[in-house]
Amino acid sequence: MSTPPSGTVATAASAPDPATEFLARQSRLGRARSVLHRHPAVSPAVVLVAAIAVFGTINERLLLPANLSLILQQVAVVGTVALAQTLIILTAGIDLSIGAAMVLASMVIATTASELGVPGALALLLGLLVGLATGALNGVLVTRLKLPPFIVTLGTFNVFVALTLLYSGGATVRGADMPGLLTLTGAPITIGDVRITIGVLIMFALYVVVGYALTRTAWGRHVYAVGDDKEAARLAGIKVNRVLLSVYLAAGAIAAVCAWIQIGRTNAASPNAGVDLNLDSITAVVIGGTSLFGGRGTVWGTLLGALIVGVFRGGLSLAGLDVLYQTLAVGILVIAAVSIDQWIRKVRN
Amino acid sequence: MTSTTEATAERPLPTTPPILEARDLVKTFGRVVGLDGVSVQVYPGEVLAVIGDNGAGKSTLIKCLTGAEIPDSGELRLEGKRVHFRGPQDARAHGIETVYQTLAVSPALDVASNLFLGRERRRRGLLGSVLRSLDARGMRADAEAELRKLGISTLQDVSVAVENLSGGQRQAVAVARAAAFGSKVVILDEPTAALGVRESNQVLELIKDLRHRGLPVVLISHNMPQVFEVADRIHIQRLGRCAATVTPQTHSMTDAVAIMTGAATA
Ligand SMILES: Nc1ncnc2c1ncn2[C@@H]1O[C@H](COP(=O)(O)OP(=O)(O)OP(=O)(O)O)[C@@H](O)[C@H]1O
Ligand SMILES: [Mg+2]
Repeated sequence: MSTPPSGTVATAASAPDPATEFLARQSRLGRARSVLHRHPAVSPAVVLVAAIAVFGTINERLLLPANLSLILQQVAVVGTVALAQTLIILTAGIDLSIGAAMVLASMVIATTASELGVPGALALLLGLLVGLATGALNGVLVTRLKLPPFIVTLGTFNVFVALTLLYSGGATVRGADMPGLLTLTGAPITIGDVRITIGVLIMFALYVVVGYALTRTAWGRHVYAVGDDKEAARLAGIKVNRVLLSVYLAAGAIAAVCAWIQIGRTNAASPNAGVDLNLDSITAVVIGGTSLFGGRGTVWGTLLGALIVGVFRGGLSLAGLDVLYQTLAVGILVIAAVSIDQWIRKVRN
Repeated sequence: MTSTTEATAERPLPTTPPILEARDLVKTFGRVVGLDGVSVQVYPGEVLAVIGDNGAGKSTLIKCLTGAEIPDSGELRLEGKRVHFRGPQDARAHGIETVYQTLAVSPALDVASNLFLGRERRRRGLLGSVLRSLDARGMRADAEAELRKLGISTLQDVSVAVENLSGGQRQAVAVARAAAFGSKVVILDEPTAALGVRESNQVLELIKDLRHRGLPVVLISHNMPQVFEVADRIHIQRLGRCAATVTPQTHSMTDAVAIMTGAATA
C-alpha cells in the first residue's frame, strides 16, 4: 500500500524525502500553535497562579481559607452565568439577556413560593421552565428570524427586565419568607478549614457536566463546528439551527439553576440584583481565552477567568485599594485577553 | 474486474437506469440565473465530468444535487424514486457524498473529528448509550486508515487541527471523507485545485478506484487533461445551461473547449 514507486525506493531509504521533511517541519511549528489552540486555558491558568502569588505576597490574608472560600462564593453566581455565556460565545454569538433571565427566574421562584405558598421544589421547577422559555425565545429569534444574537438579546434583555418588575412588583423577597429549599444553596459544607457553600458545589457540577458534553459528545463537536464556520458545518450535514437552539435552551436552563444559587448567596431575591452580571460574565469568558469569534475556547478557561476576576477584586480590596481600581484592573485584563486572542489568530493565518 | 471496467467505459446502455437524475433544474439568486433548466443523469459505475467556464453554474448544479441549495423548480430522482433534499444531511443520509469547492471542513476541529463530523460514533455500552460518550480512539484509528488508503502519508497525525494543515492536506481530508462514506454517488467539486502533481494523481487513482467499486463519480474540474483521462462522459455547462454532453471517444479536448466557450456547438 505505502510502497513508493520503485524508482524512488533508493533515495527514500538513504535520505528523507525533502517533501516529507518540509511537511514535518511545518507541522512542528503547527504543533506549537495547536497546543495553544487545543489548550486555550493555559494562559488564564498562568494569570491566575501569578495573581494569587502577587496578591498573596502583598497581603497573606488573601490565602486564608476563609478568604478563599469567600472569593469562591462571590464567584459562584457570575461563574455560573459565565458558563452559559461560554456556550453562546462558542457559537460566535453573545448573550446580553442571560443575567436578566437569571433575575427573572429568581423572582418567579421566590414570589410563587412566598406569596402563593407553592412548595419549594415546584417553585424551582417553575423557575427552570422560565429559564428554558427565555432560552427558547432567544434561540427561535436567532435561528428563525436570522437576527444577530447581539440585537436579539439586547431586545429580550429589556423584555426580561420589564417582566421581572411586572411579576415581582419591584419588591425584594427575603430569604426568611421562602421555603428552606430555596436558600439551601447558601448553606455551607465544612471540609477541614474550608467552608464551601452548596451553591459553589452546584456551580462546579455544572462545569463538569457542560465540559463533558462539549468535549466528549457529538453535540459538543457540533457546537464548535457551528461556531467555527457555520456554512462548512451546514455542508457537512450538521443541522445548524437545531444546534443553536439547543445551545440557547441550555443557557436558559443554566440561568435558572443560577437563580437558585443567587437566592442562596444573597439570602433574598431582588429584582435589582445582578445589574453588572451580564458584562461580568462576558469578562470572565473573554479572560478565560474563549474567542468572541466562536469555535475556540473551553469552559475551564471561563472558570479560571471568573476566578481571576474574583482574586483581582479580593486581592485589590485587601491591599486597601478603592473599588474603582478593581474595575480598572478588570478592564485592562479584558483588553489584554482580547489582544492575545487576536494575536493567536494572526499567527495562525 | 477488468471486464466490468471495460463495459462501463462504453456508453451506458439506454436500458440502464441512472442512479441519480435531475430534470430541468432552475435556480436563481435574485436576478442572477445560476441554473436555467439543467438535466443530468449519473449512471452506475461511471465518471461524469462537469466542465464549464467560471460562473457557468457547475457548483450550483452539484449543490442542487446534494441539498446544499434548494432548486426553484425541477426534480431529483435517486434510483428512480423522487427525492426532496431539505439540506445536505438528507443527501448524505441517502449515500451521496460531496467534496465542496469550499471544502466544508471545520478549521478548529482536528482531522479525525472532521472526517466523522455529523456522523460521530459513540462508545459501546452505557458510556455510549446513556452518557453519549464518543468513541474518539476508534474514530481516530479509522481516520488514519482512510487517509492511508488514499496514500496521504504526509498527514500522519489525525489529532492535528485542520487549520494547521496546508491547503492540499485540507483537500485530502475532504476527499477522504467523501470516499469513506459515499455509498451511492461521490461528487467532487475541483478536488485537485490545491493539490500538487503527485497528490492530484492520487485523487485520480481514487476516482478510478471508486468507479471500479461501481460507485459513480461526478467530477468538476478545469483541468482538461485530467477530465479526459478519467471521464466516461462530459457534461459541458455554459451560461447556466447544459451546452452538450460528449465523450472523450467522440470529442477532442479542443472540441470540448470550443463548446464550453461557445465557439462551437455539439
Ligand atoms: N449564493 C449565491 N448568491 C448569489 N449568486 C450566486 C450564488 N451562488 C452562485 N451564484 C451565481 O451563480 C452563477 C453560477 O455560479 P457557480 O458557483 O455555480 O459557478 P461555477 O461554474 O462553479 O464557477 P467556478 O468555476 O468559478 O467555480 C454565478 O454567476 C454566481 O455568481
Ligand atoms: Mg464552482
